[in-house]
Amino acid sequence: MIETQNINFYYGDFQALKNISMKMDANTVTAFIGPSGCGKSTFLRLFNRMNDLIENTRLTGTCLLNKENIYHKSIQVDELRKKVGMVFQKPNPFPKSVFENVAYGLRVNNMGNKSYIAQRVEESLKAAALWDEVKDKLKKSAFELSGGQQQRLCIARALAVSPSVLLMDEPASALDPISTSKIEELIHLLKQKYTIVIVTHNMQQAARVSDKTGFFMLGELIEFNDTKKIFLNPEKEQTQNYITGRFG
Amino acid sequence: MRTKKSIFFKIITERIPEFLLGISGSLTSLIILLIIVFLFREGFGLFSNPSVEKGYVLCVHASNPVEKLNPDQIKQLFDSEITDWKTVDGDDLPVMLFRFDEIFSLYSDEELGENYSLLPQKLGEVIAENPNIIAFLPEQYVPRTAEWVKILPSEQIRVADFFTGKDWLPTATPSSLYGVLPLIAGTLLVSIFAILIALPLGLGAAVYLSELANERTRKILKPMTELLAGIPSVVYGFFGLAVLAPLIQKTLNLPTGETAFTGSVILAVMALPTIITIAEDAMRNTPRAMREASLALGGTQWQTIYKVVIPYASSGITAAAVLGTGRAIGETMAVLMVTGNAAVIPHSLFEPVRTIPAAIAAELGEAPAGGAHYQSLFLLGCILFVITMLVSVSAEIISKQKYKEAV
Repeated sequence: MIETQNINFYYGDFQALKNISMKMDANTVTAFIGPSGCGKSTFLRLFNRMNDLIENTRLTGTCLLNKENIYHKSIQVDELRKKVGMVFQKPNPFPKSVFENVAYGLRVNNMGNKSYIAQRVEESLKAAALWDEVKDKLKKSAFELSGGQQQRLCIARALAVSPSVLLMDEPASALDPISTSKIEELIHLLKQKYTIVIVTHNMQQAARVSDKTGFFMLGELIEFNDTKKIFLNPEKEQTQNYITGRFG
Repeated sequence: MRTKKSIFFKIITERIPEFLLGISGSLTSLIILLIIVFLFREGFGLFSNPSVEKGYVLCVHASNPVEKLNPDQIKQLFDSEITDWKTVDGDDLPVMLFRFDEIFSLYSDEELGENYSLLPQKLGEVIAENPNIIAFLPEQYVPRTAEWVKILPSEQIRVADFFTGKDWLPTATPSSLYGVLPLIAGTLLVSIFAILIALPLGLGAAVYLSELANERTRKILKPMTELLAGIPSVVYGFFGLAVLAPLIQKTLNLPTGETAFTGSVILAVMALPTIITIAEDAMRNTPRAMREASLALGGTQWQTIYKVVIPYASSGITAAAVLGTGRAIGETMAVLMVTGNAAVIPHSLFEPVRTIPAAIAAELGEAPAGGAHYQSLFLLGCILFVITMLVSVSAEIISKQKYKEAV
């Protein structure tokens, strides 16, 4: 589904990613773990070309989504981002109503008329397990929701444009344990329809939600394997050290 | 011992600054309040002044049925625009104007007696001889005892006349006209057009600087616009007078280049740096997360700008507009220099006007302190104050409503 070949990425002179090749399958949850600054978020942000926004960066290697090079000249970035949704570290709803937040992606992409948008908003909120909590306050500001609700709203917002891939950049790091477990349950549900790539600091979380795990360190992909294998029987010593908490 | 020392230290470092800050805060508020009170007290003092110049009275023949005249009628009588008593509900007689000086051409100094002791008597005779006369006389020489003399009661300047009067003639004798409409109209005309020019240009520039320009361009352009704000207004005025006014006169083939339009253009240029700087700051303050969220949903750069950045920055943009408007309404010197200073109600943008601040600046020097004219200028200040306050309050309300809509 997503495949990278020999990815190198530079911020100015600093090489943030070193020769990374990996494959992520459809309808699985892939987790990236690793210490801060190891490049896992940078790597994630390659898949929807979010790194394009940062000046003075450089990329070599290929990144394929459904066998298509997403960095090819013919690719329209906004079309790509419609297919590859993203949820950020901190909940970042727009200063608009709950409804308008979810409708935003549909509106900017001219997807459907009023009734279709209303239907999509409801579906997305249901898919994000938020509908029951917000169905009476769709007109209220998104800022009136709790942090966990806001993050699920951001997930609903990403789902509304019907992406095939969902990128999650530490989606629960700013949330309390209850909200976190709700997000994790949600990831389990969403797996059936979407390809999910999640970056996390929290190893238990990676172990709980993911099918495959990649361990990054200093811009390198140290080990990439089934989650069970990584956590129970890692091949590399560095992985072993990290997951057992000997450094990190 | 040690705790005592630390308590003492705490008082020095915390209580005293706290106290000083409290004093400076309350002092500032008090001074502002006192200035406003002073402004309004002086301004509204105008309405306790007589409508006829202080120290003078108007006299008519006792047979004249006219009991009183309003300031407008007095002005028209003495400008010979009304030449018949019938027009002001009197007899069908032509009006005969008599100003005090004229007595000296009728009588020699000897006839008027020592120290002009006979002056009132002679004046009485003049009035008695002419049933159609209206005489404008100093109070001290009024022939109070003479027969056939009727002193017209002096009214006070009326509030309604001030706010609805169409003539601003504060130095007219015998009766000044304080009609503020031409000044309000001038101020509004010049400022509204200035804002109509400055707001789209300024917001456009702000969007360009904050969203589209690359780092290098912005590093050159931003300080340049800020520099523009530092140019003294008299320099703008001079530029307007020397360059813009002749240009407008020539290109539009007008009798004079000093028009409301010229003022608007100069004001727009002056308000631009304020609008650009504040709006740009507000837009740049839009969190990166908001932009990324919009882009990550497939929004284009433009959609992100007008659906996320501008709504998010709307309060800052409103502030920019309000401060720009405030500058336009309150600006004095440049407008004084380029608008031609004619206190008449303008019928088009290409006519000379006089704005409230320009009127205050131009006339305060010639208005005797404490007099009616002086107080009327303070009242103009009050009006200006109220206008600017209305602008900021309505902007506040609009931005709140906009926010609600966006939410």
